[in-house]
Amino acid sequence: MGEVKVLQPGLFSSIQDYGRFGNMKFGVPASGVMDRYAARTANLMLRNNANDAVLEITMMGPKLEFTAATKIVISGAYLSPKLNTEEVKNNTILEIAKGDILSFGRRAYGCRAYLAITGGFTTEKVLGSKSWYEGISKYQKLEKDLVISYKEDLAGRIETNAGLKFNEDYLKTSEVEVYEGPEFKFLSETQKEHLRNSTFSIDQNNNRMAIQLQEQLQNDLKPIITGPVVPGTVQLTPSGKLIVLMRDCQTTGGYPRILQLSDKGIRTIAQKLTNENINFSFQQSL
Amino acid sequence: MSRNLPQISPLGDNAILVQFEQIISEELLNKVLYYRNLIQQIYIEQKVEVINTYNSILINYFVTIEDVYSDLEAIKKVFDQYNDTKNIESSIFEIPVCYDLNFGIDLEFIAKEKNLEISEIISLHMQPEYRVYFMGFLPGFLYLGGLDEKLHISRKSQPRMKIEKGAVGIGENQTGIYPKVSPGGWQIIGNCPLNFFDKNRKYPTLISAGDYIKFKSVDREEYDRIKLQVEQGNFQLKKQDRNG
Repeated sequence: MGEVKVLQPGLFSSIQDYGRFGNMKFGVPASGVMDRYAARTANLMLRNNANDAVLEITMMGPKLEFTAATKIVISGAYLSPKLNTEEVKNNTILEIAKGDILSFGRRAYGCRAYLAITGGFTTEKVLGSKSWYEGISKYQKLEKDLVISYKEDLAGRIETNAGLKFNEDYLKTSEVEVYEGPEFKFLSETQKEHLRNSTFSIDQNNNRMAIQLQEQLQNDLKPIITGPVVPGTVQLTPSGKLIVLMRDCQTTGGYPRILQLSDKGIRTIAQKLTNENINFSFQQSL
Repeated sequence: MSRNLPQISPLGDNAILVQFEQIISEELLNKVLYYRNLIQQIYIEQKVEVINTYNSILINYFVTIEDVYSDLEAIKKVFDQYNDTKNIESSIFEIPVCYDLNFGIDLEFIAKEKNLEISEIISLHMQPEYRVYFMGFLPGFLYLGGLDEKLHISRKSQPRMKIEKGAVGIGENQTGIYPKVSPGGWQIIGNCPLNFFDKNRKYPTLISAGDYIKFKSVDREEYDRIKLQVEQGNFQLKKQDRNG
């Protein structure tokens, strides 16, 4: 068995897979990777399952020591990773030897990077998922001296599937794909135009639970009878704030659900930093 | 009776939302639960979870829906079936609550506000068989229907930073039990010694959407005894069949 030792925790990193599926009926948030595309790409490059447990790293990466040989892939945001003293690339297989140290430097683009490891991290599973979430998993985020386990991998070099290309366009675009939400039809034409044509920016209140937007939308909609919400649901609060729910969101809510992000929309906004701009790009829903 | 077909549409790339009329009623809940069960039968449970709220059914997929057109058609077909809500199986649970003033920190406030004796508040709260509509807000938090109108009271103007686990509260027309320590704005009238969510159980909650609960007043001594039994894992929750 190998272990990743946390020498420095960085800003906020947590173990995530595709989430705690099947527990919505108990009111348990799904959790899971904010950007499934990046996590999936990193996993598939290592011939893992798409939803194996990865480390989700936010903005300022940790400093990690590996106690056994393995292979890793980093994908998503580019946070200037370094293996020992050497700069390394995203989206390539990195062979790790016992004692190697991985660290991160300047953020170049994107907000969240994903570190996948051969076989996935072998950490504790709660209610069918290894995703960390306060009150459910033992840990919530990486802390100094924490150790995370994995299976040692002594096999030699593997060839990456040549068809597996990571398209970074979404990391740099401001276009966030949305559909009309269940209560969109109750908005006035002015409000709809505002959503279609304005630029919005990411508020400092943004985390794995929700991303708030700075600009407000004049609002006279009544609250709804509490109903289901999912990651990517955009709620409009009585004061006119727009709240984009993310992976750790509650399972139900009473604010009007005016927009719904597509999968691509979710990963695009998951990679944005405070003050960065977005526009909603409306997709045809059925 | 006119046939009120629900609205059925995708909610993002991973879910389909079924919405009935915008009301809260037990009759509608029975209908929602009936169709929820039928829809779940279309799917493999490991890949698609079907949940309900007051007036909605959410069909939530683990990964992106592959063929949304054919799935929408399959769901629409379910509503051709006769709505036989008599088939809703449910249970009623007896939920112990200690209404001591040490726990019921807002009882005196409510008594003054509503011009009621504290004993009246407690008996009005214990009287109904509350229907469990669904769980949400926090893991194991029950959305209950049936609170007596005399007990409807607004939330605290300044929410508390910390409400104890098990706290039983009232907010507007709702009553409920905080399953864990949490911030909250409800008026607190007592505390329940049970564990409403245990992540280590295969089925982490005791109660499901559609069930009923009835509160039973216990004194502090019995509360402590139940709490100990719950911790030791040998508390027997009182449960009876009761059709919806």
